[in-house]
Amino acid sequence: MNPSSPWLELAAFVAALLLITKPLGNYLLAVLDPNGRTFLDPVVKPLERLTFRLCGIDAQRQQDWKRYSLSLLTFSAVSMLFTYFVLRYQDRLPLNPQGFAGLSPALAFNTAASFTTNTNWQNYAGEATMSYFSQMVALAFHNFASAAAGIGVAAALVRGIAGHSTKSLGSFWSDLVRVTYYLLVPLSFVFALVLVSQGIVQSFGPYETARLVEPQSVRIQKIGADGVPAVDTFGHAVFTEQRVATQTIVQGPIASQVAIKMLGTNGGGYVNANAAHPFENPTPLSNFLQMLSIFAIPSALTYYLGRTVKSPRHGWAVWTAMFVLFLAGALVAWKAEAAGNPVHQRLGVSVADGNMEGKEVRFGIFESALFATVTTDASCGAVNAMHDSLTPLGGLVPLFNMQTGEVIFGGVGAGLYGMLIFVVLAVFIAGLMVGRTPEYLGKKIEAYDVKLVMLVLIVLSTAVLGFTAWGAVSEWGRAGLNNSGPHGFSEVLYAFSSGVGNNGSAFAGLTGNPSNGDWHYNVTGGLAMLIGRFLMIVPILALAGSLGAKKRLPASAGTFRTEGITFVVLLVGTVVLVGALTFLPALAMGPVLEHFLLQTGQLF
Amino acid sequence: MKSLLLELRSSLLAVLTLGLVVCGAYPVAVWGAAQLLFKEKADGSLIRDPDGTVRGSALLGQPFSGPSYFHPRPSAAGTGYDGAYSGGTNLGPTSKKLADAVEMAAKAYRAENGLPETEIVPADAVTSSGSGLDPHISPSNAELQVHRVAQARSLPADTVRVLVAKYTEPRSLNVFGEPGVNVLLLNRALDALPKDSGTNRR
Repeated sequence: MNPSSPWLELAAFVAALLLITKPLGNYLLAVLDPNGRTFLDPVVKPLERLTFRLCGIDAQRQQDWKRYSLSLLTFSAVSMLFTYFVLRYQDRLPLNPQGFAGLSPALAFNTAASFTTNTNWQNYAGEATMSYFSQMVALAFHNFASAAAGIGVAAALVRGIAGHSTKSLGSFWSDLVRVTYYLLVPLSFVFALVLVSQGIVQSFGPYETARLVEPQSVRIQKIGADGVPAVDTFGHAVFTEQRVATQTIVQGPIASQVAIKMLGTNGGGYVNANAAHPFENPTPLSNFLQMLSIFAIPSALTYYLGRTVKSPRHGWAVWTAMFVLFLAGALVAWKAEAAGNPVHQRLGVSVADGNMEGKEVRFGIFESALFATVTTDASCGAVNAMHDSLTPLGGLVPLFNMQTGEVIFGGVGAGLYGMLIFVVLAVFIAGLMVGRTPEYLGKKIEAYDVKLVMLVLIVLSTAVLGFTAWGAVSEWGRAGLNNSGPHGFSEVLYAFSSGVGNNGSAFAGLTGNPSNGDWHYNVTGGLAMLIGRFLMIVPILALAGSLGAKKRLPASAGTFRTEGITFVVLLVGTVVLVGALTFLPALAMGPVLEHFLLQTGQLF
Repeated sequence: MKSLLLELRSSLLAVLTLGLVVCGAYPVAVWGAAQLLFKEKADGSLIRDPDGTVRGSALLGQPFSGPSYFHPRPSAAGTGYDGAYSGGTNLGPTSKKLADAVEMAAKAYRAENGLPETEIVPADAVTSSGSGLDPHISPSNAELQVHRVAQARSLPADTVRVLVAKYTEPRSLNVFGEPGVNVLLLNRALDALPKDSGTNRR
């Protein structure tokens, strides 16, 4: 064993992230400018023009915040309906070699909301539910479109900040199409091929069936004719022997979907086990590259911010604040998982191995803990280990990451616009402390702007806590639990934190789509995701419009500088304080309580 | 109202046009390039007998329980290593069910491998993976199983150890992740040994 290799890997991760931030940020500058030039122009420009012509869109036409919102909302609504109907009727559509049935209305609504909002919460097991057509068309469409829309909103906000007495925030249609064509598709294509070289599947054939090397006979619980597990006269379960001689080997267009699910911080797995499955994440190297690809665009967007507002150091200050929060979370999660489970260790499990429940041998403790941190910092939500089985503190980190509002690098676009909410708040607080009108990059922050910021924060935290409270006291909420005690509460809290945060990872023991057809989790989850996405985007576009219309004031000696250490500390403090004040009581009832009970050996 | 209708029309057309590119051209292009460059991997790294029968994938674990085979980790995928239903137990750290399962697995592991009751067992030997299809076990887990397998096959332990070392996949680039022993490949290699290779010494 080489104890230094996790540190080396962490260093390699940070170095690689730093290396790609500037070049990718520069590329974003060209992509997000309707007249920007890129090296792909000879190939893509004709396609871009053709697309605009086919859709009857004038990409040069500037939009104010209301029109930008209208375009985004109609596009999202239309594409969500499209997905809903494809999922409902996948049995009548092509590319369904396994003959999967159409989805129920509640599950189709939840899934359509989930993918439209860049969440990718999954109340289903992909390999046992979705046809190739549904995966490729209904779901993968949003992996691109919701990512591009998110980046567009971030760009619109940055344009508002950088603007001077202007109403225009750019064009939604231009952002959507250019981000998709120049950024997401080419990057995903290259990345998908790299992933195939590591072993990820990309095929269209039906599932293979392998003849097992050693056929097994397994004991399974007998199910009666009524679908309920059979019991004998003493109430004990009845078991039957079953011979298992074959193994199904999943096929499908997996690599193309995994590439964009990571780059677009979508996170929806092709198969149930997501990035823990060897076909989605075969090697430690593929794991490293997937973690890097989650952070790539959110990190580059901070550079885009700095360059656009003509203060590169401001961009790097925002990056640093995100990085500090990321590093703290990664170290806590790593140490918690490495310490392992004291109850299991008393049963004779090796202490040095850490908590391996729900983890893959090839990733081990460190890559699993780092992945869990990265995927919840960014609103990706792919998982390479089962978060439900993390130690209490190891599970607290992802939970809190999501509750910060997904601003630690965050989702593509969503991370930056979310963090800028906190920047405005931090500047406002600093202004109050020194008794001056707060200014952000020469823009006066006034009552209207702060109201919008608070609207976002209050709506999001109310949605998380409100739905959690409802679930925790309801029959339907408790029926879905896989664990009891504080961990059961954590499952509900995690579900709605993930939904509202548009993350999509889960304490996956929770059954969101029960076989008795109860719709509550599907519908409340779907609503939580829609609220978390659109009740955030619309106030943010309004804020962008308000900031853009203001005059830019020259900096004076009394201006609060939005760069350097003071600003970073203030920003980190704001994020942590708002998150902690809002969610500490709930966290205390979940993971914190569980941590102390685990130390005393209390089980549920 | 007019602007809403305009946006609706653009939205519909954009869904169709973008859909053709990102749901049609993109996955098909990846498929074409992948089949051309990495056909074997793009098809799932399948392992076949000489007659073409598929026996598994080099990336997916399979269940083994006989004494002459190395045993993989416990699995929560279906009835165990069910490729059509990947997943973990999703049991939390304070779950009694999980603690009981770990205790039973540790007892069974010690009994199978002739270890004393106080022997510390490797964590991966008694816990389920995230996918339920983990192809690997840790090298220390494999080492504890060497004697049982060698005995069942009447092979010298060192012959088995050589194969274990051969099928231990190192960290990527020597830094990333953890080393793991690929159980399916190792067991296939054991089966492929000439039948009399160990009998000389016993």
